Amino acid sequence: MTIEIIIQAIISGLLMGFIYALIAAGLSLIFGLMGIVNFAHGEHLMLSMFSSFWLWTLLGLDPIISIPITMLILAISGILTHYLLIRYILKAKMIVQICATFGLSVFLRSLAQFLWTPDFRNVGNPLLEGRLEIAGIFIGQPQFYASLVCLLSFLLLYLFVNKSETGLALQATAQDRKAAETLGINSNKMFALGWALGLSCVSIAGTMMSNFFFIFPDVGVHFALFAFVAVALGGFGSIIGCLIAGIIIGLVESLGGLLIDPSYKLLYVFLIYLIVVIYRPQGLFGR
Amino acid sequence: MTVVLEVENLSKSFGGIKANNNISFRASSGEIIGIIGPNGAGKSTLFDLITGYTKPDSGGVKFNGKSILNLRPDLISSLGIGRTFQKLKPFLDQTLLENVIIGALATGINLNQARDKALEMIDFVDLIDKRHYFAKELSTGQRKRLELARAMATEPKLLMMDEVTGGVDQKTVPGLVELIKKLNKLGVTILTIEHNMRVIMDISHKILALDQGKKIIFDKPKNVQLNEKVIDAYLGVVNATTS
Repeated sequence: MTIEIIIQAIISGLLMGFIYALIAAGLSLIFGLMGIVNFAHGEHLMLSMFSSFWLWTLLGLDPIISIPITMLILAISGILTHYLLIRYILKAKMIVQICATFGLSVFLRSLAQFLWTPDFRNVGNPLLEGRLEIAGIFIGQPQFYASLVCLLSFLLLYLFVNKSETGLALQATAQDRKAAETLGINSNKMFALGWALGLSCVSIAGTMMSNFFFIFPDVGVHFALFAFVAVALGGFGSIIGCLIAGIIIGLVESLGGLLIDPSYKLLYVFLIYLIVVIYRPQGLFGR
Repeated sequence: MTVVLEVENLSKSFGGIKANNNISFRASSGEIIGIIGPNGAGKSTLFDLITGYTKPDSGGVKFNGKSILNLRPDLISSLGIGRTFQKLKPFLDQTLLENVIIGALATGINLNQARDKALEMIDFVDLIDKRHYFAKELSTGQRKRLELARAMATEPKLLMMDEVTGGVDQKTVPGLVELIKKLNKLGVTILTIEHNMRVIMDISHKILALDQGKKIIFDKPKNVQLNEKVIDAYLGVVNATTS
């Protein structure tokens, strides 16, 4: 095993880590804002990948170009999810909330199978294909640009949440809904915005991944699991925690697969997760 | 004086318990109205009913002549009713400055203007040195000042304060009392729930005394002090305890 192969694995891990981080950020944002775990997060990722696929198939729009459209589709889907489902269960018991979003995940996955069959599909001849070679290290262009777009989106999300007026209102609502309302903040609007933002994040990741991943109704399951791990690892509600956790997961998956055994790469990720939740249940950056 | 707040026959029951039973009173512009009563008298419920967190079973609430019944809390706030809480609710993971900026943004100004406004309010409550402290790092008394600054940043015409001097040490009380008087001098009408009888008698223009959800009396402090029902329900217990 050469040093180039190890560097190759580190870079691959980092690139996937940025994608995991953005997917997890969407999940974390929704949880941090209203304390609801979106068990349909993977299915929302799947919807964004299918949106990207159909925009390419029907209108010839390459995924890199269709990002704003898939963002809009998923943002609207998020707002509808909030107004048609979530707002009715906001004050319900946790088991009700779990059943509601888990039920939504089953519904969306079944709907996708009904409408589009369980077949595997892919975006053929995308604008981003081939590979880059830097100092003997090969990086797939789709993966490289997907990571770059995800990292940029992540930074924009971070700036929006921490530096904008609306972001401050979101944070206030997340910390204390009642206090925020006494300051004239419409919490229901903030929750809908949270869903729109959260699903926009997942739509960017999904659209970029449609360049190099097969698209099928169950595609989101694996990524949703990693997103849950990233959110728990980074700390529930912490956006920066998602970035660090996403990178850790990407690196552990990639290096574990290279240095130990690729068959067990998921095991390494979940092992790290278990160690953290046992010794630091609030996650690395959790409150 | 113009009537700012008009509460008419407000009632609310939780199960079989009448938390508020036909409560009526008026607050005029520039007045400080003190609300007293033993624990469970319905004081905080009254605040929740006025600010829209709880829907009344019957009765009405008018602010500046318009009914605010059934409006959402955020809409009531944007009309000019500010509020602080008995159980403090600062945004703990944000700095004092950020907390107050969020309040200032409610007036529709931009972030830079909100920052200036927030600094002014923080200076007003004498916490300018602590502006970059996280709310969780502040003492209870400082958090009370934070909530006042945050509520004031929304430019309320009516400020409702739930036990401002509760839970703080005796040295802190005079400073908070002065602050309430300062706020009132700015022309803000104040509704304040208090357990500290010296404070409430000192600052209030009128006092609303409640017991078991019912209004006992709504009058000037000196008349309230002499009212037998108030003495029985509340002051008598305090005096007995003190002596």
